[in-house]
Amino acid sequence: MARVLIPTPLRQFTGRQDAVTVAGATVGEVLSALTTHYPDLRKQIFNDEGKVRSFVNVYLNDEDIRYLSKDATAARDGDTISLVPSIAGGSAWQRRPKRSRSRTTKSCATAAT
Amino acid sequence: MEGQQKLKSAKVLLVGAGGLGAPLGLYLAAAGVGRIGIVDFDVVDFTNLQRQVIHSTRDVGRKKLDSAAEKMHAINPHVDIVKHETALSSENALDILKDYDIVVDGTDNFPTRYLVNDACVLLGKPNVYGSIFRFEGQATVFAYQGGPCYRCLYPEPPPPGLVPSCAEGGVLGILPGTIGLIQATETVKLILGIGEPLVGRLLLYDALAMRFRELKLRQNPECPVCGEHRTITRLIDYHQFCGVPKTPETKVTESEIDVTEVKAKLDRGDHFVLIDVREPHEYRICHIPAARLIPLGEVPKRLNELDPQADIVIHCKSGVRSAKACGILRQAGFEHVRNMKGGILAWSDKVDPRFIGTPCPPPLLDRETALEPPSPQKVTVHIRPCSRTDRARTAPELGLVTQ
Repeated sequence: MARVLIPTPLRQFTGRQDAVTVAGATVGEVLSALTTHYPDLRKQIFNDEGKVRSFVNVYLNDEDIRYLSKDATAARDGDTISLVPSIAGGSAWQRRPKRSRSRTTKSCATAAT
Repeated sequence: MEGQQKLKSAKVLLVGAGGLGAPLGLYLAAAGVGRIGIVDFDVVDFTNLQRQVIHSTRDVGRKKLDSAAEKMHAINPHVDIVKHETALSSENALDILKDYDIVVDGTDNFPTRYLVNDACVLLGKPNVYGSIFRFEGQATVFAYQGGPCYRCLYPEPPPPGLVPSCAEGGVLGILPGTIGLIQATETVKLILGIGEPLVGRLLLYDALAMRFRELKLRQNPECPVCGEHRTITRLIDYHQFCGVPKTPETKVTESEIDVTEVKAKLDRGDHFVLIDVREPHEYRICHIPAARLIPLGEVPKRLNELDPQADIVIHCKSGVRSAKACGILRQAGFEHVRNMKGGILAWSDKVDPRFIGTPCPPPLLDRETALEPPSPQKVTVHIRPCSRTDRARTAPELGLVTQ
């Protein structure tokens, strides 16, 4: 059983869990089982052809599986698989629309980014 | 003394004077970096203050460049601060970057990150990278002495709309401080030539677990900009590459509806369904009275609650989530679905300027919204009064009270 670490942006698809233990002999099998259990996660990780998306990197322990055997990389008990998606934020996920500068009160809408 | 002289003769460019740029600017100025360039075209907003600690309430409305430069000069009047008041672009990036030794990426969007990366690779300058999302951050040094670059790590950006956007927005205000200081540390190490630079290693920080992890980062031989067969030899159109428009569309398309038209429909008593696809905590803060709450994540499962023939208008905060919801409904055969352009922000701006609230900001709000800064002053309760029970229930649980 490998432990898959779920990054913040993807936790909404795993019932807010930050780590999930999944069975599978290879990294590909583990991810397949993971996304079968959490179907909403599938399109986040895999493209239409079933390949891992290029903005989500998969690591077995501290090594990128692109430099191991990719999906066929063996996963052993106690291994940690990390999903590391591309994040762009420097201050927030995305720049929010700019609002009137003269306003001295705070919009409730702005508060709820 | 020798180290201080190295710092004094160093030239560092900060791309962005926001969350990451704030601690970077303060500490690099304090360290005595001789010349610090800053690229930014934004102005200070109240909502910046919870994390962009270089700016203060009296700076709201000022250019971030001016505000940041003032604070940095106050710490160290001997720093030569160069203000680049522009958006970094394919046209100006090489010209701006070429005069600096080190580039520090503190931007907040994918097009600029790929632009900064490619420009650094083409010019042979190290790119001190930091990025944040909610409670997590990443940091590394790209393109240092032939080391891996951003494209080696992520060949392509996520398509717009696939990864969480405003629904998952907000960031722990301290997080860019932590990541920005890691970037500042690496910058100073590179200048001094000491220690082991964060090259070939991607540092991941999880604030909630309070855990740092490190992953190996390798140069990709197939990298289009630094690999063996390079296909990118000059700067490209990064907005096109990332699939995002250069400027936000302002025209209302057929699949959209302007907030003023929605208001008119409500006033006329038109028969239509208004759906708010934000999260319940956002709805609690304020909502259009006629709007029915169906959070985006629940839309696919609750389609049976809606009439496929009905005239449906969907909104969220700014229009991104509602656009997704519109897509889901249309795919399911709903014919009369329109996205309220600009969401509740536009409603607040154009329809109901009194649509203000958060009378007792952080204690009332839940985890996500409490990450935003407190209201600078008390405002009148418009949407929903805040009870003592709210304060009692939420404040101690969260430990996020900022007032």
